[in-house]
Amino acid sequence: MANYQHTVGTHSYQFADLKQVMAKASPARSGDYLAGVAAETYAERVVARMCLAEVPLSRFLDELLIPYEVDEVTRLIIDTHNQQAFSEISHLTVGDFRNWLLSDAADSATLQRISSGITPEMAAAVSKLMRNQDLILVAKKCHVTTSFRNTIGLPNHLSVRLQPNHPTDDMRGIAASMLDGLLYGAGDAVIGINPATDSLPALMDLYYMVDDVINQYAIPTQSCILTHVTNQIQLIERGAPVDLVFQSIAGTEKANQSFGITIALLKEAQSAAHSLNRGTVGNNVMYFETGQGSALSANANFGVDQQTCEARAYAVARHLSPLLTNTVVGFIGPEYLYDGKQIIRAGLEDHFCGKLLGVPLGCDVCYTNHAEADQDDMDTLMTLLATAGLTFMMGIPGADDIMLNYQTTSFHDALYLRKVLGLKAAPEFEAWLKKMQIMNANGQVQPISPAHHMLQNMPKQLLKVG
Amino acid sequence: MSNKPLDISTPDPWQQIKSYTRARIALGRVGSSLPTNEVLDFGLAHAMARDAVHLALDVEALAAQIESLNITSIQVCSKAQYRPTYLLRPDLGRQLSLESAAHLRATRFSTPFKLLIVVGDGLSSLAIERHVRPLLAEIQQQKPDNWNIDSLVIASQARVAIADEIGEILGATITAMLIGERPGLSSPDSLGIYLTYQPKVGLNDANRNCISNVRPEGLSYAAAAKKMLWLIQQALYLKVSGVALKDESDVAEIEVSKQISDAL
Repeated sequence: MANYQHTVGTHSYQFADLKQVMAKASPARSGDYLAGVAAETYAERVVARMCLAEVPLSRFLDELLIPYEVDEVTRLIIDTHNQQAFSEISHLTVGDFRNWLLSDAADSATLQRISSGITPEMAAAVSKLMRNQDLILVAKKCHVTTSFRNTIGLPNHLSVRLQPNHPTDDMRGIAASMLDGLLYGAGDAVIGINPATDSLPALMDLYYMVDDVINQYAIPTQSCILTHVTNQIQLIERGAPVDLVFQSIAGTEKANQSFGITIALLKEAQSAAHSLNRGTVGNNVMYFETGQGSALSANANFGVDQQTCEARAYAVARHLSPLLTNTVVGFIGPEYLYDGKQIIRAGLEDHFCGKLLGVPLGCDVCYTNHAEADQDDMDTLMTLLATAGLTFMMGIPGADDIMLNYQTTSFHDALYLRKVLGLKAAPEFEAWLKKMQIMNANGQVQPISPAHHMLQNMPKQLLKVG
Repeated sequence: MSNKPLDISTPDPWQQIKSYTRARIALGRVGSSLPTNEVLDFGLAHAMARDAVHLALDVEALAAQIESLNITSIQVCSKAQYRPTYLLRPDLGRQLSLESAAHLRATRFSTPFKLLIVVGDGLSSLAIERHVRPLLAEIQQQKPDNWNIDSLVIASQARVAIADEIGEILGATITAMLIGERPGLSSPDSLGIYLTYQPKVGLNDANRNCISNVRPEGLSYAAAAKKMLWLIQQALYLKVSGVALKDESDVAEIEVSKQISDAL
């Protein structure tokens, strides 16, 4: 095993292995302290980074942080590693890799070409040496485009997941939030509902309800009901109109077990969704959610820091060619990401690692009420991420999710970002917004008149019943 | 509908569907941004949720409330002495402080506990202050006559699993942990009930049954007490709690969700 030590003046720092160097090099966050893997002093953290900077990228293929024999995510990473793509960067150390990524030599085409030669651990390692501006600059150069009924991830575009949740899955309540979002120009990434119920008949009703609204207004977008993947497979077998298949995923086999999934099960779900052939522009049928801390909370982190575990989840995502992958960055609570500073850093890291690995990464810019954060922190993070080329964000009425009890981003927030940064909705969806006179000819979403077509012809759930 | 004379915000003309959901729809806009009153409304709701997290539970006042139902209480603390520690170290909130553990071991109760109720502040002391007394009153009314709930334990800086250690020390057959849930923006005072059969240190959530969102705007005290007592009786009968015990008091549940949607 390699020797990891670094001397500063007369003080020599010794690290047990690569896993420990990675953990101690991580920017401070509560989850790594909770796991007992964080640096003990400020100096030790920076020295660990100095040590990490000298590690050759090829070491990550020899010294596996979680053993090949015990973890199918490790096996996936190693077995699908593209040696040819890697050959362009195989001579670099982690420190050199940061320099190279920031250089003009690493243009968008080059980054796309080498993407399958980068492992999650390499991406996580280099992110630990990068400042926030580095994470933004490099992510911005990584273009990841996907499609189903529209095209997601084009440069200078920002899509929005419309999230019309209701605590009791009340159809009128969900339809009301959907209409609200559509009239604010949201919903091009997906119309995705977190249901309160696990009951298959009730879930079936939700699928038909969203599908009806999409058909009624001929909206070029896709729907998703965020229930367990096994429920979705069953519902596909029963004939439900399933566009995207959702699942929460994590970066270790054991953590995925706690979610009740394996990679093979995800493959099965992907095949089931493909069999419906409901995409019109493309066939990316998966929607994943992730978040730092999920491995530790399942007691399945194997001493690996939470940001590296998170990057490994993107290897699982990448393998299944998703339309969308969403890091739900502040949802897990302050024992993993304590405050606005930690949430902002984690959001930028996740987005960078995902994009570098070729995953269409969006972010649920969010926090819970026991975290030291507020809407100002969300403004900061969403502005930074949109600057970095974020694929999509959440749109929830007033940023207040009344079903999941947390705060995220609103329809208004998305319009703010599009206005300030000149970002556009997915092209097919933007054409629809203009046709429906939700957006004017200059590309501005505009106030709606009472005579508007969609108010005169509301979804049937919103029509008064006797 | 509109607006004070100087208010230049544009209201959204779908106000009539606001009554279908508590979600913040039809907020209106200035340009494409939120009007001032909506920013302030949101700010107040967040402030109340934050206060609910950080407000310390007034244990003396709670003990007095409970005393008025002829229930005595014994008070314990977790190993998380202060709120910041509590928030950062959930593991410490699951363990009794050494003093509290010794205190419980030294306390003798007249009869052994079949059902032991533990009240914990959790993430919302507001939920405890508002809902524990009326919920206990309902439980007293609905419980079988031969169940004794003359005393209970109040735990400060507590997570759910601290009731396992408490229940184990006191030899309870089943514990009911009444705890303040993570506050939402529109629900700063939601109370949760966690039932654990044969509590002992080391159990996890798979061993528990949970009843969530107990508050007048959510699951009513009467419905929560009914559900809780139904689950306890089933747990005692089947000698198990958690995933192996399915909640089939569904009729009550449907009534409740109908009440909620009717109230909107």
